[in-house]
Amino acid sequence: MSATDLFGAYQPGRSVLHRLPAGAKLGGLAALSLVTVVARRWETSLGLLALAVALLLVARVRVRHLLRVLRGLVGMLGLLAAYQSWQRGPEQAFTVVGALGSLVLLATVLTVTTPVDEIIDVITRLARPLDRFGLRPELVGLAFSLMIRGIPIVLELARETRQAARARGLERNPRAYLTPLVIRVVAHARATGEALHARGVGDD
Amino acid sequence: MSRIELVDAGVTAPTPGGESDEVVVLHPTTLELTERRVALVGPNGSGKSTLARLFNGLVAATTGRVVVDGLDVARKGREVRRRVAFAFTDPSAQLVMPTVLEDVVLSLRRHHRSKQARTDAALATLAHYGLADLAHRSVHTLSGGQRQLVALAGVLATDPDVLVADEPTTLLDLANSALVAETLLGLPQQVVLATHDLDLAQRCDRALLVTDGRVVADGDPAAVVAEYRARVAATR
Repeated sequence: MSATDLFGAYQPGRSVLHRLPAGAKLGGLAALSLVTVVARRWETSLGLLALAVALLLVARVRVRHLLRVLRGLVGMLGLLAAYQSWQRGPEQAFTVVGALGSLVLLATVLTVTTPVDEIIDVITRLARPLDRFGLRPELVGLAFSLMIRGIPIVLELARETRQAARARGLERNPRAYLTPLVIRVVAHARATGEALHARGVGDD
Repeated sequence: MSRIELVDAGVTAPTPGGESDEVVVLHPTTLELTERRVALVGPNGSGKSTLARLFNGLVAATTGRVVVDGLDVARKGREVRRRVAFAFTDPSAQLVMPTVLEDVVLSLRRHHRSKQARTDAALATLAHYGLADLAHRSVHTLSGGQRQLVALAGVLATDPDVLVADEPTTLLDLANSALVAETLLGLPQQVVLATHDLDLAQRCDRALLVTDGRVVADGDPAAVVAEYRARVAATR
């Protein structure tokens, strides 16, 4: 279950990266993402990879956590590498896969060193200009947290529904799996809305 | 204690495609709750969850009025929800933020302008309920009992006058349901509790039996629970 731990990954610590404001880290990640697009060369990917490894060390990201993140990625990156090598040669493959991999590692550094709360505060600040169009920045921030919280819940519901289908010998029937899953996800969304309402979140 | 009043309050829901146009979820009910511990008991689908949801406006009465401490729930919903907190059966629906601390902080957004003050208040709340160790845990990794206690801490952080809880122990094992029950009964707040745990109901000051959308017995919990058992036995 690598994805369940993608978020809620925060490890309290005192490294330089922990103390850096969330906005700077998010901005840095965005800037580096841009670099991979603008300077699409193998040297860029190599540099980013080195930077990512250095930052992982500085942030003291736990090896176990890192392995979990990588396990979910290896398959996809492997496929991409194979396809790119076949289509455009190994150098291009390294450029693409290296850039993608280092960005995921850098994003891991961000989630490990930054509480979700602080990331959401940054998003809320960025959404402030939308206020004049009637969109409340706090609600934008809340929507992001709900999305992050929703990922492990949907995975859990998917696991339960698949087991229920298997228990009845219906694992080959996609309807027996997808229909209840969709219904349960919607039901969960309604329950979450009710809980927010009860806590007065939409009231102010 | 607070005063929760229902004046001919009823709930009907439209049934598209049904035989009749609408189904009565709760017949017009008049009652007044002032006791410190009130239990709502009754079969599944009897309307006790709907009754519980009337108290803070999660469900709006389609007839009559619901008044909490002189505030009409239909018109002053926001003020009423500040006074009346609500705990759900399934705490994972209630815990909306990724980590325990953040979830409690969410409740406190209105009460503290500064982030530091919110965080401090949330940590104090968690410590008060003995949950300080869980502050930075992902809510997804908590056990069922921990989840329900964190959910309770989240809604109690704002220091409401009343807590309405809809079957808060139904999903828990024996030890955890005992722990949650002790926590609920030990609260300084007025507590209204919809529950299938008849032992817990009997420890309240007053119980209401809800059946087929009507309050059919009301009063001393031991007598009401006995009435409930007798009714179930009679239908077998």
